[in-house]
Amino acid sequence: MLMTALIAGLVLGGTYALVAMGLTLQYGIARIMNLAYGETMITAAFAAFILQSALGLNPIADLLLIVPGGFLLSWAIYALMMRPLVTRSRDRGALEIDSILATFGLLFVIQGVLLVIFGANYMSYSYLNVPVSILGANVAANRLLALVLALAIGVTLYLLMTRTRWGTTIRAVAVAPQSAPLVGIDVNRTARFAFALGGALAAAGGVVISMYQTFTATSGVVFTMKALIVVIMGGVGNLLGALSAGLILGMVETFVATYVDPGLTLAATYGIFLALLLWRPQGLFGKAAR
Amino acid sequence: MKSASRRRLRDVFLSAGAVMTVLVGASAHAQERETIKIGYAVSKTGANAGGAGITTIPNYQLWINDVKEAGGLELPDGSKLPIEVIEYDDRSSAEEVVRAVERLATQDEVDFILPPWGTGFNLAVAPLFDRFGYPQLAVSSVTDKAPEFVERWPRSYWMLGGGEDYTDALATLLAEQRDAGTINGKIAMASVADGFGIDLVTAARASFEEAGFETVYDKTYPVGTSDFSPIVNEAATTDADTFVAFSYPPDTFALTQQAQVSSYNPKVLYLGVGVGFPVYGEDKPNAEGVMSLGGIAPDNESNMAYRKRHKELTGQGPDYWGSVITYASLQMLQEAIKRVGLDRDKVSEELSNGTFETVLGETKLEDNQLRTLWWTGQWQDGVFVGVAPQGRSGASKVKLPKAAWQAQ
Repeated sequence: MLMTALIAGLVLGGTYALVAMGLTLQYGIARIMNLAYGETMITAAFAAFILQSALGLNPIADLLLIVPGGFLLSWAIYALMMRPLVTRSRDRGALEIDSILATFGLLFVIQGVLLVIFGANYMSYSYLNVPVSILGANVAANRLLALVLALAIGVTLYLLMTRTRWGTTIRAVAVAPQSAPLVGIDVNRTARFAFALGGALAAAGGVVISMYQTFTATSGVVFTMKALIVVIMGGVGNLLGALSAGLILGMVETFVATYVDPGLTLAATYGIFLALLLWRPQGLFGKAAR
Repeated sequence: MKSASRRRLRDVFLSAGAVMTVLVGASAHAQERETIKIGYAVSKTGANAGGAGITTIPNYQLWINDVKEAGGLELPDGSKLPIEVIEYDDRSSAEEVVRAVERLATQDEVDFILPPWGTGFNLAVAPLFDRFGYPQLAVSSVTDKAPEFVERWPRSYWMLGGGEDYTDALATLLAEQRDAGTINGKIAMASVADGFGIDLVTAARASFEEAGFETVYDKTYPVGTSDFSPIVNEAATTDADTFVAFSYPPDTFALTQQAQVSSYNPKVLYLGVGVGFPVYGEDKPNAEGVMSLGGIAPDNESNMAYRKRHKELTGQGPDYWGSVITYASLQMLQEAIKRVGLDRDKVSEELSNGTFETVLGETKLEDNQLRTLWWTGQWQDGVFVGVAPQGRSGASKVKLPKAAWQAQ
């Protein structure tokens, strides 16, 4: 039982981590608090649904199409919508407020378009819903895929960030956007790239989640909320933080559901969120200073 | 000074003109009616959109389309008037639905108002329907208090039964299976901690206890839960032959998938809203034997014809529970208008006492409630058939134990 709960928790946490990593890139590096993040995921989920049901494409193959699609879409959103906000904002606080308002509007635009095209119905298909046995515990292959993807993306990006010149540039923009131009970094380009990369991760998350979760045109908000909790717990802009916070959250939920009561999972989530904010307001891996 | 007073004069003229227009318009309206106004507020966006989008909205569209094709609504003198439809989105907010219904009654002055989706929303607008004298054909509301509501709001109609009706029917069916030795007397149960789940699980606890069942697992989970592995794994460790979940559609789909992954195949698998969706079981061999609320009689030809037309017009199949009843309620309204005209009191009276020919067959309300319903259904060969009450004509025989999960 303990092993089953542990594995199930890790697998659930994988989904949370996968969802949160894109948001932490967008918020931490491009400094855009993207409230339409969940809608990006849902758009990807619909795309996967269409490709799967209409064209019979394998959802894993869909990733090859949809992830670059998410990248381009977010790139365009940043270039068209966010760039003017970044230019006119005097400080980080102003940009955060502007971006929250702008993406709040974007949320409804995307949702509206999805509603017009697909209606308000529940969408569901299942792919890879086959049991995989790990240490005696049966988990669904599609959920396991989310965990594997989260770990792979998290570790790869972490290594890129810490070991390459490109990563140093990105971190420089995250830490000191005002000073980065002094050493010849094009802040605008780097931020746009980080935002687009976040969009690509959102798309990957959307495709994987569509394999096992029922979704509607309006269910994006739920993912944004969960992702936001994970991002703040892990420390804004920190990939490993998002990864570990996601896994912790998944394990806590599963353990509470198994050993205490499934009715208390939400309370437990917000309980540890609250405790963490009191104990480490900057998040698990966050730096105290900006 | 001068210009200010002139402006005031102009304002007076303008408003006088506006009043005149309204008066003239109103009198012309009373003399010569050109259309019948039908209004409704329904959740097109927000949390309820998924439910409204399958049970309510497509049927409103289908009916409006049918009426338009027929040249309008027929009146007792045989003449036909076209309908004018006013639609609002309540955005899944109870305040919004109340405001919209009030607006339909007082500003748009529609002739009839179609009800919103959901038990809570129908209760929220019931006092308004009553105050403004509109009949309320509440379909998508499951409530045990219907007799009370009918007394309080005499123009309200409750067409989907109450929680106890469903759980009593299930308990009776399970007791027969237990006495026949097919299943044991233990039940594992989960429910969503929200309106539908709370009502049904409360009723179920009483029904199961009365039928002599022992509930060995009984847990609730919050709305929006996406991972059901703890619940399914826990239920699997019990020796209960029956697993019952009063779940919302996303949960229903997730529970089904998790049960397959965990190789948990109880002899009776009964899940909540969503099992009756076409996407759950049509052409899905794994749905075979799964049970839920609702169902249809496959030999009912008018219902089958309705299902086909629904799919052709709206592009999606109707669900196997509330959809057909929503459409039938609209046919009743249409027929009542044909019999007694547009007087809302007379229409209400006709709805209470009249007998109607609808897609359900012959339909008559008892004490403003529709009581001939399928309380329990089961997927059998790609159709969600009604299996309880057994005595009703067209009932299929329940097949237990449930079929094994098939590899996908």
